[in-house]
Amino acid sequence: MAAESASSERVDLDEQLGFLRGMLEIRLFEEETQRLFNRNLVRGSTHLCIGQEAVAVGACAPLRNTDAMLCTYRGHGAVLAMGAPLDRTFAEILGKAEGLCSGKGGSMHLTDVKVGAYGSFAIVGAHLPIATGFGLAARYAGTDDVSLCFFGDGSVNIGAFHEAMNLAAVWKLPTIFVCENNLYGEYSPVARTTPLEELVRRADAYAMPGVRVDGNDVRAVRATVSEAVDRARAGDGPTFIEALTYRHKGHSRTDPGTYRPQEEVDAWLARDPIPAFERVLVAEGVPVERVEAAREAATAAVGEHLERALAWPDPAPAARFDHVYA
Amino acid sequence: MSETTYREAVRLGMADALAADASVFLLGEDIAAAGGAFKLTAGLMDEFGGERVLDTPISEQAIIGAAIGASIRGLRPVAELMFADFAGVCFDQIANQLAKYRYMTGGQVTVPATIRLVNGAGGGFGAQHSQSVENWFLNVPGLKIAVPGTPADAYALMRAAVRDDDPVLFFEHKALYNVKGDVETGAAPIDLGRAAIVRDGTDVTLVATQLMRVRAEEAAATLEAEGISVEIVDPRTLVPLDMAAIAGSLERTNHLVVAQECPHDGSWGASIVSRVTAECFDLLDGPPILVSADATPIPYAGSLERAWIPDAGRIAGAVRETVGSA
Repeated sequence: MAAESASSERVDLDEQLGFLRGMLEIRLFEEETQRLFNRNLVRGSTHLCIGQEAVAVGACAPLRNTDAMLCTYRGHGAVLAMGAPLDRTFAEILGKAEGLCSGKGGSMHLTDVKVGAYGSFAIVGAHLPIATGFGLAARYAGTDDVSLCFFGDGSVNIGAFHEAMNLAAVWKLPTIFVCENNLYGEYSPVARTTPLEELVRRADAYAMPGVRVDGNDVRAVRATVSEAVDRARAGDGPTFIEALTYRHKGHSRTDPGTYRPQEEVDAWLARDPIPAFERVLVAEGVPVERVEAAREAATAAVGEHLERALAWPDPAPAARFDHVYA
Repeated sequence: MSETTYREAVRLGMADALAADASVFLLGEDIAAAGGAFKLTAGLMDEFGGERVLDTPISEQAIIGAAIGASIRGLRPVAELMFADFAGVCFDQIANQLAKYRYMTGGQVTVPATIRLVNGAGGGFGAQHSQSVENWFLNVPGLKIAVPGTPADAYALMRAAVRDDDPVLFFEHKALYNVKGDVETGAAPIDLGRAAIVRDGTDVTLVATQLMRVRAEEAAATLEAEGISVEIVDPRTLVPLDMAAIAGSLERTNHLVVAQECPHDGSWGASIVSRVTAECFDLLDGPPILVSADATPIPYAGSLERAWIPDAGRIAGAVRETVGSA
């Protein structure tokens, strides 16, 4: 697997600690979001990515803010990994005027164009065709920008997935398809909905390179996506990446996830990407204090940004007519 | 100024838009090498090149999705849906993505995409290739809707649609493709949202678009011989809707008839009757009449389809009824 050779490559310590801090911020952000829900401070539903932080951080690392990242309703982590500010991201989920989308989007639609986060999409698979459009625009303009879309294992059975994969392949577009296979589409295990265990084989149908990677290994994800991004920038077309990972929580806030065998949950909790990465860093000789400092810094930042977001005002009712043109 | 067909007017509108702005490109099924199923794009690939006039797979979701992504990057795609009815295949892309992107992101993006849809009955194409699909989108805020009824309007509205910074659904009535009229190419685009007074009159305001506009003119000629003076108003765009022009006409006539090529419920004509009744009740000397097609799928056989589409006789009958001379 391409990822294995690439994952052994050494990158500098600051970058490694940056990955750790990024994953920690997402984890803490999600835990705070859960608490905010429990306090009825968040409307509707939310879909936490706890357990999947290594995919978001590893896959967004090779991207520039001129690239386009599109993700799903389980996308808080991806949007933060692109560099969206914690306070305005909290504020959007809280429905505040200062939110990323001025309170018009919410938990499922986080968008921060300035950092290249072009949207979180709540219709399964709908953003994959749109991601091809970003790829097409880059080719049209003659830039080496790429588009990258995240989606879940449930998306590989919806029509938009197939139309987008086919279009990207036949037009050789600079689009990277990152499937976060967390083994469950909502409440259903993959085996009950999909006649393939290795979803990466879907790539074969579109003559597209496909790579399966350990989605709980942030370095492996980064290396695999980096190769795909390089190929796309060079004009060599799209790649399909299947990142194996696990959702520590249920599908949404009302789902305790009781349909999952306890042994399976325990095995994946033992493979939690954040402690696993901390152990790797320490084993490689990174001082424990540096690792602890990353955790402390993340905790302080999340707390401070949340406090700020909570103090911001709600949008004025008349603001619902902003951004209306027809 | 020269006489040309509606088909050629649409084609010239696209050609002039392509020539005027390098960010304009076309995409759709068989529009490039084959020049389009209805030959709307004949010769454009040769003139502007294969990067600007693109054949797509038969993938309506991918077509609209690609147009959305590209337009967010500042390109101005003109995407063709070979038959408007195929909007059913990509309804999510149009209703949930295209229409809402700007609003849900709090105005972080604009989506200057034009979608061309081949609309309308009369050609014997049967129930799935003949509908007046503009009605499906009336309840979806965020879409401008153009319904040109003459070659001049087709050209001018195409230019306006492409220049507009927001999504425009551009409906072409296939029964009008061979209709001829004067077209001034290079003229300033007319604003979206400006109705045309097609014929001045004093007794009845008759609102109609596309094929029904043609039949309204036939009816008006018949009625003139009977001493009934009909003012015909063509809204030209349903969103935005020029209510001021309709109200202005009613100030002169005090009677309203609307003729539309679709069933009554959930239609643009029903919306106009509703608005006029609520907003201009004092201007009415009698109940408005809405002439609609039957509430059935559109039948195939010539005798059946001819009976399904309102004809000039039915429209004239409604006008006589509203002025009390039936």
